[in-house]
Amino acid sequence: MVNTIQTIGRNTLDTLAGIGRALLMLLGAIFSVPNVRKGTPLLIKQLYMVGFLSLIIILVSGLFIGMVLALQGYTVLVDYGAEDSLGPLVALSLLRELGPVVTALLFAGRAGSALTAEIGLMKATEQLTSLEMMAVDPLKRVIAPRFWAGMISMPLLAMIFSAIAILGAHIVGVDWLGVDSGSFWSIMQAQVSFEKDILNGAIKAVVFAFVVTWIALYKGYDCVPTSEGISKATTETVVQSSLAVLGLDFVLTAIMFGA
Amino acid sequence: MSQSLVEIKDVTFSRGDRIIYQNMSFSVPTGKITAIMGPSGIGKTTMLRLIGGQLKPDSGDILFAGESIPKMSRSELYQARERMSMLFQSGALFTDMSVFDNIAFPLREHTKLSEEIIRIIVLMKLEAVGLRGARDLMPSELSGGMARRAALARAIALDPELIMYDEPFAGQDPISMGVLVKLIKSLNQTLNITSLVVTHDVTEVMSIADHVVILADKGVIGEGSPEQVAQSESPLVQQFLQGLSDGPVPFHFDAAPYNQDLLMGSERG
Repeated sequence: MVNTIQTIGRNTLDTLAGIGRALLMLLGAIFSVPNVRKGTPLLIKQLYMVGFLSLIIILVSGLFIGMVLALQGYTVLVDYGAEDSLGPLVALSLLRELGPVVTALLFAGRAGSALTAEIGLMKATEQLTSLEMMAVDPLKRVIAPRFWAGMISMPLLAMIFSAIAILGAHIVGVDWLGVDSGSFWSIMQAQVSFEKDILNGAIKAVVFAFVVTWIALYKGYDCVPTSEGISKATTETVVQSSLAVLGLDFVLTAIMFGA
Repeated sequence: MSQSLVEIKDVTFSRGDRIIYQNMSFSVPTGKITAIMGPSGIGKTTMLRLIGGQLKPDSGDILFAGESIPKMSRSELYQARERMSMLFQSGALFTDMSVFDNIAFPLREHTKLSEEIIRIIVLMKLEAVGLRGARDLMPSELSGGMARRAALARAIALDPELIMYDEPFAGQDPISMGVLVKLIKSLNQTLNITSLVVTHDVTEVMSIADHVVILADKGVIGEGSPEQVAQSESPLVQQFLQGLSDGPVPFHFDAAPYNQDLLMGSERG
């Protein structure tokens, strides 16, 4: 009994200390005077690594998810003669939920894990320490550009995901199953509100980008610098950021669309 | 300038409940090669991290050019670090940059020199370590010895006053070891850089060191010129210098008596 209480206490303290370290890392990285001359090339490189290289998985997944959504939606809607509503059904599901959520999950798996492993290995090979010894702050040099690259690229990827998924739905719904193209687009346009749907979806994407990138960077920065430690940190990044995204999605949905 | 560039004064440092150093004091004379030796796990690398300000002692003081490292603010510490550099055991070259860019890195970070001048300085540093021809290679294409030499070129890029070498000879073949010994000596003589070499390769370092500090038992057990240390009467110093397998540092890790342990094995079955 005493042991259980001790374990719970120790785990709580460890978790709190971890949150504290993560906050300090974030504050050190983002609240610093940006150096445009040195920072811009670093940011561009990370935008390429984190954002551009994630494009393929986002494009392919988006296309297939849109196609499946249209196929499933059509089979239900057609029973009630409501297949013309396929456009708004697909668009609303994607813009409000699937776009930001699935992009964040894919982003955590593709870019988040890579960030954790890269920073963990930099730690293991003493590159972070050597930066410090060269009087260069690793938070500004290594963490900050990766953080901003994640914050910029993930919301853009979520938009691209939704757009390509709607095209996928059009291919299946209109070109294959014969839904009228005019109704598909016009009802979608009438039903989708910019503020309520598109903007709220974008806010979700920004929040998820923040959470996933932060977790990925912290896990790499704080990992035990051994092969086992890096492997554990990479797994934790994917698991914890996926759970955080799904949990936060519920909270955000309740605030944005709840009664 | 004072006689000693670095002074360790009554430093106590512990990790958790384990005391690493207790009231340790020694000094690193300016412009000389000082060797810090001691058995593995005694905290030699920790010493370098204390001098570099990455760790803080529990008590005592560490002076670098007369200024207290533990009392410095973050920005003062960064300014002090521009005057010292460290050669890591792994080399710690940035794997996403070529050898040239690695050596240009501290220059680009801390100076406003034009690329043309940076190129000249980098080539001079590479020439000093014999790697001018390898400037376009990536760190993954270098052998262990070459990586350490490239890292050495990076460490001297800003002409530091102090270089700390963390196990520079570990895992090197005899030729690379000879090259590194020669480089440490020649950099010390030509650039007058104070050098602090942490190692347990006794023969190599005794041949070039001006001052030797031997650490064990949470403190300094021997200090002086290589000749003085070689003649030390301490059995621990002699065991270490001669590489004897048993002595004050026992060959066996603490354990129950051998026969008792063997018999217990069958009971546990």
